[in-house]
Amino acid sequence: MNNIRKNRLKDQAFKIWGIFCTLLGLVLLAVFIGNILVDGIMRIDWEFVMNLPSRKPEKAGIYTALMGSIWVLLLTTLIALPVGIAAAIYLEEYSKKNRLSTILEVNISNLAGVPSIIYGLLGLEVFVRILEMGASVLAGSFTLALLILPIVIVSTREALKAVPKSIRDASFAMGASKWQTVYHQLLPASFGGILTGIILALSRAVGETAPLIVIGALAYVPFAPSSPMDEFSVLPIQIFNWITRPQHGFVENAAAAIIILLLITFVMNGIAVYFRNKWQKKFK
Amino acid sequence: MRKLKELVIERGLLLSALITIAVTVGIVLVLSIEAINFFSEVSIIDFITDPEWTPLFSDKHFGILPLLSGTLLTSFIAIAFAVPVGLSISIYLSEYAPKSFRRTIKPLLELLAAVPTVVYGFFALMVVTPFLQSFIPGMSSFNSLSAGLVMGIMIIPYISSLSEDALHAVPNSLREAAYGMGSTRLQNSFKVMVPAASSGIIVSIILAISRAIGETMIVAIAAGQQPRLTFDPTVPVETITAYIVQVSLGDVQHDSLEYKTIFAAGITLFVFTFLLNTISYRIRKKFQEKYE
Repeated sequence: MNNIRKNRLKDQAFKIWGIFCTLLGLVLLAVFIGNILVDGIMRIDWEFVMNLPSRKPEKAGIYTALMGSIWVLLLTTLIALPVGIAAAIYLEEYSKKNRLSTILEVNISNLAGVPSIIYGLLGLEVFVRILEMGASVLAGSFTLALLILPIVIVSTREALKAVPKSIRDASFAMGASKWQTVYHQLLPASFGGILTGIILALSRAVGETAPLIVIGALAYVPFAPSSPMDEFSVLPIQIFNWITRPQHGFVENAAAAIIILLLITFVMNGIAVYFRNKWQKKFK
Repeated sequence: MRKLKELVIERGLLLSALITIAVTVGIVLVLSIEAINFFSEVSIIDFITDPEWTPLFSDKHFGILPLLSGTLLTSFIAIAFAVPVGLSISIYLSEYAPKSFRRTIKPLLELLAAVPTVVYGFFALMVVTPFLQSFIPGMSSFNSLSAGLVMGIMIIPYISSLSEDALHAVPNSLREAAYGMGSTRLQNSFKVMVPAASSGIIVSIILAISRAIGETMIVAIAAGQQPRLTFDPTVPVETITAYIVQVSLGDVQHDSLEYKTIFAAGITLFVFTFLLNTISYRIRKKFQEKYE
């Protein structure tokens, strides 16, 4: 009897510990966001968003960094999207089970685990130096595109995998070719899933700092980029730069910029989750 | 005509897939070529055994050990924090929590991994370090403890999500058998579920370690920029990744030895994460079919 009670007690104790652990991370995140809001919310106004960088914290703004982030995000999407989706279609719909497909699969899974800073070294040598792009928006976008490529491929494959086989069979039975099936049936049917994966990949790209520092993106850029070959900064690099400055005013700026960066990240994640839920219902 | 079009499209798709191979080859080539250049000037023995790393000073030493110890120390702290917490979360969510609770909490936890790392760096430096300093007198404002703990928070979802998936995949019959024998949920969890899902759990931990080793911004901001061979968590250290950032921020001449050091450091990092990723991939493939 004693033993049974002891085991029940242990069971209850673990349940409480489990709840504690589950909430721990979320509470810490909440504490942190609260802290940032207190530090930075008063600093955010229209001028903070529209001002150029400055040596004086109260005059400095995030305009160039924000524009840099938008440029990089757009170009990264343009580069990574077609390649990623095409590769996923090949792996999921075309490739047969052979040596090449195994190598491709192992390779993509490995690429997904390569630290982002290594992509920075690759970008520095290949795009910045060998292809002579310099530390430009284009070089940064190519680097980030390679970084998110495995994520785009994996999520697109998942989305294609979720399309029921009956749709493929029906399409082939109507005399459609493989590509017609992919283009007219599979892509529209998996659109929601592909979109979810892409938005998640881009939300990762918008927060990346290290690879862009390595390719030479600057913290201080006097003007917003106006072409893909211009120098640039991005929001996370601007934040990093402000964190490392000693004056208190810059800490406030960093907190304010973090609020804006987090807002962008969370909104993108929210949209992704919304699409995922909506799309999952479709096949159930 | 139609056949030709189909063939062209297929080749185009294949080409896109092959780009991923080109990326890997590119990474390996770039890192090895610059590293070979580096090792033609610095002996590989010195690189592995010299206890000092001072390539930016006039008295240059090129021992990777201090950077490696910094990397391992911060990663160890992160893992020591994240594994018990993450595993407890996964067991709680899979074996104890109501379904609706699990459905709402999982995406929320995954948000922890979505927060940009530069933001975590700010958190470590501005919030966690001052908090720890009130307990640990004499703690430096750059230290591996704070950076490691915050990194731990970041990798919690990597462990909790993947382990939960693994636990969830264990067939219900095992659960029913355990409960039928009169075990409590705790006994069932640790004596039946965790062993049954062990491969998935191990994979999640290996991936978390690999993530911690390659993490850059948190350690670059909060752990400091002083390479030193120590396991004292209260003093500044420098990780491999933080060193690469430090050099990249400075004005280093292309073709200088300093420039090559970041590739030598990079290849060390790459080798470590590559090994970990390969091991986890092998385990995953080997056990994937176990319960299918």
